[in-house]
Amino acid sequence: MAHGSTALSKEYIEVAPSSPGQEKGSLTRIVQKMVFTVDHKVLGLMYIGSGLFFFVIAGIMAALIRIQLAVPNNHFLEPDVFNRFFTMHGTAMVFIVGMPIIFGFANYLVPIMIGARDMAYPRMNAFGFWMFFFSGFLLYASYFAGPGLYNAGSAPDVGWFAYSPLTSRAFSRGHSSDYWTLALFSGGIGSIATAINLIVTTVSLRCKGMTLGRMPLFVWTFLVVAFLVIIAMPPLAACQIMLLLDRYLGAAFFDTQNGGSAILWQHFFWIFGHPEVYILILPGFAIMNEIVPVFSRKPIFGYPIMVAANLMIAFISLGVWAHHMFTVGMSSVGNAFFAITTMLVAVPTGIKIFNWLGTMHGGKIRLELPMLFCIMFLFQFLIAGLTGIMLAVAPFDWQLSDSYFVVAHFHYVLIGGLLFTIFAGIYYWYPKAFGRMLDNKLGHLHFWLFTIGFHVTFFPQHISGFLGMPRRYYTYDAGRGWDLWNLISTIGVLFQALGVFFFVLNLVWSYWKGRKAGDDPWDAWTLEWATTSPPPDYNFEHLPVVHSRRPLWDLKHPDDPDWKYE
Amino acid sequence: MEFINQPTAPEEEIPWRLPSTRKAGMICLIITESALFSIFVVAFIFYMGKSQNGPYPSQILEAPWLASAALIGSSFTIMAAEYFLKRNNRAMFNVWWIITVLLGAYFLGFTAYEWHDLIYEKHLTISTNIFGATFYSLVGLHASHVIIGLVLLTIVTITSLRNKLDHAHHEHVEMISWYWHFVDWVWVIVFTLVYILSPRYGIQLPPV
Repeated sequence: MAHGSTALSKEYIEVAPSSPGQEKGSLTRIVQKMVFTVDHKVLGLMYIGSGLFFFVIAGIMAALIRIQLAVPNNHFLEPDVFNRFFTMHGTAMVFIVGMPIIFGFANYLVPIMIGARDMAYPRMNAFGFWMFFFSGFLLYASYFAGPGLYNAGSAPDVGWFAYSPLTSRAFSRGHSSDYWTLALFSGGIGSIATAINLIVTTVSLRCKGMTLGRMPLFVWTFLVVAFLVIIAMPPLAACQIMLLLDRYLGAAFFDTQNGGSAILWQHFFWIFGHPEVYILILPGFAIMNEIVPVFSRKPIFGYPIMVAANLMIAFISLGVWAHHMFTVGMSSVGNAFFAITTMLVAVPTGIKIFNWLGTMHGGKIRLELPMLFCIMFLFQFLIAGLTGIMLAVAPFDWQLSDSYFVVAHFHYVLIGGLLFTIFAGIYYWYPKAFGRMLDNKLGHLHFWLFTIGFHVTFFPQHISGFLGMPRRYYTYDAGRGWDLWNLISTIGVLFQALGVFFFVLNLVWSYWKGRKAGDDPWDAWTLEWATTSPPPDYNFEHLPVVHSRRPLWDLKHPDDPDWKYE
Repeated sequence: MEFINQPTAPEEEIPWRLPSTRKAGMICLIITESALFSIFVVAFIFYMGKSQNGPYPSQILEAPWLASAALIGSSFTIMAAEYFLKRNNRAMFNVWWIITVLLGAYFLGFTAYEWHDLIYEKHLTISTNIFGATFYSLVGLHASHVIIGLVLLTIVTITSLRNKLDHAHHEHVEMISWYWHFVDWVWVIVFTLVYILSPRYGIQLPPV
């Protein structure tokens, strides 16, 4: 019988052939699907995929920067090439790597986790993606088009926060700064569209029974992130508009010669820039919130406090921006205010770290790859937080502002914090998205190489920063005590690069050869594991009804459901 | 694993109603726009009285009371239009809606006239001084929102005149009216700041 049915289905396929270019798996079909799709899952994967693509490019730039700095008086890179590299590295990592990857996670997971079939505005979702994608190419197009008619300049070389007056016409000739401006502006529009979409989806499309108090903390955290995006991105757009007016219509917002103020740019940029840091790190917390309980086999410790801590972080983050500007010479009141608000952030963040520890405490911890990355996050983010508090002390910052200590600090935040959780998230949800597990051996190679490489690269930068090495200098003289630390730092890059290589290899290899995952490989509790892997276009055949924070626990343990205790 | 509704689940028959996606989306958009405006407002306040050369606001600005009244009034006429759409009184809806469009168009026309006057008669451009930069950017940002609003209002007008609109579209129309209210009430801030406060407090300070 089985034989017969196979023959039948074969015949059926032959009877109804696809039109040319429409065969399953053909390139045109894949491209068409990607271009026309409004499915939140496909868009989410496209966000993460293109984010990883830009990540590799910006990572190669970072590697070249480190090679240049490996030994004193090096001339591997020209000074102006070096300037372009650190600008493009920073801009790309924040705007076209960090943002799209976190939005990719949100896009893929938020609708499934709240039991919805798609985002609230699917087409606007696609619009947001394509705006980001366009902005990524606009930014890199500056390498070819930046010289402009006057053949001056190339890619932007003004640093990722583009302080005025570096961006004025006199100092930034050609069109490089315009590419930077317009890329960030269009990417910002896409981010705002996606953030509005996320908020509306979370507010209006939750499945029956999914009250705010039962929402997974992942969704809660992204709700807060999305609010931060819609409050913090418009100031960036506003200062880009002002910059364009300055450059092309002769306005003088940031032109000190004509009554403008260069400091105002710094204020406006950091009013966006500091919440941006939390926009990037809160998704890391979101991923922690999902993975730590599942791999500790315990519900999250202190759910309401975690929600409150998110809100506190978001609220405080709107009032800390000038801690980037202690060295411009603010009043002592200003310095004290921003130092105190900055230190206040440590309170909710500390609450979160203790709650994750509380979740792990007494749990049956499974040291699978996602959990390994999450545990490293705890250590690394602690270091990042401690150096952050040190830098919040204004007099301390006067000594170390714009030194490698700051570079080490924010790389511990963004790599040790965000990137490690992104890796954790990819190891955790890859089986859901593709139906296959990521390979364990390659994963461990990736984990150890990357963790070692990360610390070898960035820990010495604390020390070279203490010893006075300024950031953004393309080279340095021998004998200042910086040589050894820089050499160690560069050696670490090799490990990181190897780690990323094994990671990418793993992503590709496991897609075809990975072990079949099944619907719920981790024995988890949130709704995304209730559907098939990969989920169907409509996510759920019947929309779920939930009664507790862990709907799948209730399903698997009808004798002892969570809703009895909530 | 197919998700099933647990038979053991508590029989809580709470009515499950969530906010409309349109309303939630429009509120988010308005928050975003407020954040955008607030930066331009802050820039305007920061630069009040810091122009290094004239013309100064006290010399050239005249408060547009009539145009402002028209714009604020349109906030009320659009409410009237909505009221009639809810009751499916299409004729009255059209009347009030078109009055709203005309009031908005009058405001925009006045802005065009004012800018022409400022640029050609009073010689204030965006590059003249820092007042010009902040004035044109803030008022221009608001005017561009009025233009977007007028486009939306006109689309509704055309739809309604072609008999394609009834009270089933009440919420769509209401969302446009929310946007229009936002544009109107931003004008209250802009008007107070630009035309009332800046000529009085924006006196040229001696160079520091």
